[in-house]
Amino acid sequence: MKRLVVGAGYGLKDWLAQRVTGVVMAAFTVIIFTAALAGAMSSREAWQAFMGNGLIRFLSFLFIVSLCWHAWVGVRDIWMDYLNSAALRLFLHVMTLLALVGYAGWAIQIIWRL
Amino acid sequence: MPEITKQRPKHLALNEIRLPLAGFASILHRIGGAGLFLMLPLLIWLLQLSLGSTQGSAEMFAAVTGNWLVKLILLGLTWAFLHHFCMGIRILLIDIHVGVEKQQAHNSAMTVMVVSLALTAILGLKLLGAY
Repeated sequence: MKRLVVGAGYGLKDWLAQRVTGVVMAAFTVIIFTAALAGAMSSREAWQAFMGNGLIRFLSFLFIVSLCWHAWVGVRDIWMDYLNSAALRLFLHVMTLLALVGYAGWAIQIIWRL
Repeated sequence: MPEITKQRPKHLALNEIRLPLAGFASILHRIGGAGLFLMLPLLIWLLQLSLGSTQGSAEMFAAVTGNWLVKLILLGLTWAFLHHFCMGIRILLIDIHVGVEKQQAHNSAMTVMVVSLALTAILGLKLLGAY
């Protein structure tokens, strides 16, 4: 399909990012769910041992990055849909981005300290 | 010049709009996502407490998750996550042209609602310590 695209990429990258990050999170959710059924959350020690596993630390890192990226696209869409004031939108976009980058650092620091 | 008969701008009466089920599930996807975003600090904090090595973090985790208001929030977030999860799968399927027809889309929206609520009930009872 040939379209006359003026300006930005019509959100294709965001659309794709939303799908890829969603799939990563869904896969990790299934892993956590399965692990919980197998007893990974039966005690504090079991949970910490599970989360300290090298592969799980790698995957939970991907989960955190995916979550923050996904939330960025989603929350930004909400601001874009409902706010008419460009100044307010810009302010909230920046706040959202800063919050998510901070959350990512905080969460990664938690799982990688194990 | 033809006379403009329609009054502009048109304001939508949100309380009078009756969304089809798929539209209802879709707006819940957005509301749930927003709720999860707003509560991320709480969730990360709980993750931190659950993985903390000190006795203090274990006690704090127990105290925080034992609070009924926190339980209520976590129950809501459990539903939000599960709805978002199920709805996400529905969106991915529609992306690959599965379930695009009107009736199928209605049915899949119903499935999302039912499955996410059922899973929330199962996990919610666990959260509230019923089993």
